[in-house]
Amino acid sequence: MFSNRYIFIYSIIMVVVVAVLLALAATLLKPFQDKNVRVERMRYILTAMNIDNTVENAEELYDTYITEELVLNEKGEITDVYSKGKQVKGSLRAFDIDLKAELKNKKEGQPMHLPVFKALVDGQSLTILPLQGKGLWGPIWGYVSLKGDYNTVLGSVFDHKGETPGLGAEIALPEFQQQFREKKIFDEKQNFVSIKVVKGGVKGSKIPEIHGVDAISGGTITSNGTSAMIDSCLVLYLPYIKNKMSHE
Amino acid sequence: MSNGNQPKESAFSAKNLRLLTAPLSKDNPITVQILGICSALAVTVKMKPAIVMALAVTVVVAFSNLITSLLRNTIPPRIRIIVQLVIVSLLVILVDQVLKAFVYDVSKQLSVFVGLIITNCIVMGRLEAFAMANKPWQSFIDGIGNGLGYGAILVIVSFFRELLGSGTLYGYQIVPESFYNFGYEDNGLMILPPMALILVGTIVWIHRSRNRDLIDKS
Repeated sequence: MFSNRYIFIYSIIMVVVVAVLLALAATLLKPFQDKNVRVERMRYILTAMNIDNTVENAEELYDTYITEELVLNEKGEITDVYSKGKQVKGSLRAFDIDLKAELKNKKEGQPMHLPVFKALVDGQSLTILPLQGKGLWGPIWGYVSLKGDYNTVLGSVFDHKGETPGLGAEIALPEFQQQFREKKIFDEKQNFVSIKVVKGGVKGSKIPEIHGVDAISGGTITSNGTSAMIDSCLVLYLPYIKNKMSHE
Repeated sequence: MSNGNQPKESAFSAKNLRLLTAPLSKDNPITVQILGICSALAVTVKMKPAIVMALAVTVVVAFSNLITSLLRNTIPPRIRIIVQLVIVSLLVILVDQVLKAFVYDVSKQLSVFVGLIITNCIVMGRLEAFAMANKPWQSFIDGIGNGLGYGAILVIVSFFRELLGSGTLYGYQIVPESFYNFGYEDNGLMILPPMALILVGTIVWIHRSRNRDLIDKS
């Protein structure tokens, strides 16, 4: 028989050994995991610009095309600039900003930092904005790239944590994302209307075709979440966009 | 630890090999013992995650069996389940971290199911039924066998689900574009979990019709 003393000592030693092993593994593997997350983010941004990319060439392409990373405050003023491997202004880098945390800051009345990515593709100046929202089961996110007029969408990318496969999860498929190309976020009177994801199809609905895309059958809540995400995130960037549009 | 009276048997004796092969068919964890069904339904939409999941489970069962067997004479029976759980959790977290570091996209698809290997009945079942009473090498082989038995079913199920549900295999397009032009459509039902259950049921049926001795007498 084993005494209580033996059991206690046994458990303590076991837990300490396991804890040390896990801490060691987590520390050793952290650099690899962080790199994966960074590469994934670069791939999202590249995909939003309609640039084909792979895990291997994402970093290289990102460095080629992205000219500037900006950080905005709530008023749309540029507070930090990072360009071509150098911090030009301020101390924050847009790439490292977690939009989810910033949206939480906004909710709590704290100052917010908004990341903006600037790219130059075939002589065309692009603005890439991150999006963050809620689907049916968990968070959804994405990036949308705007052409030089700050109105026309060049491309978009969406992804999700755990939407239903075959239904809501289809927002991560190119078929859904390609619908956003050439859509406009402002109407003719320069009023912000966003891009709506329309249940039952945008044709024949009240939404003009230039401001809407078809929702996913059976994925209504995810579709609505995507619609709400685009609207609520782009609104945050309006001061910056309006300012840019009036100058160009 | 082991008693020296027994004649030394070779590492791959017929008896040991049976430990490896029995779970592949006559003692399969999924189709005969009906364990690990939950994850079998969840990760078999595509072949790639299914194969990675199969490997992950094999590694976890084999090494938790090995460690438990090495410690079996020191583990106080009163806390043996706790000790087993700690060993299994340690291995599962390690596997999860390694997947996140080296096959990030697959680890995203598997999401919570890697973590849920901890509660996979196959793992605990093998520890309690085998590793606590057998020598390390046998336990290790038993773990590999059971992991592969589980994996074999996962691969079969995911093969049909991916082929019929997405028209691809391991991510490569199999069903030619011309089929779609003639009105062929992927079966959306294949992507949903109920179809996995029906496929597993079909495999159980075929398996038992070929191995009559497995049929429940009652």
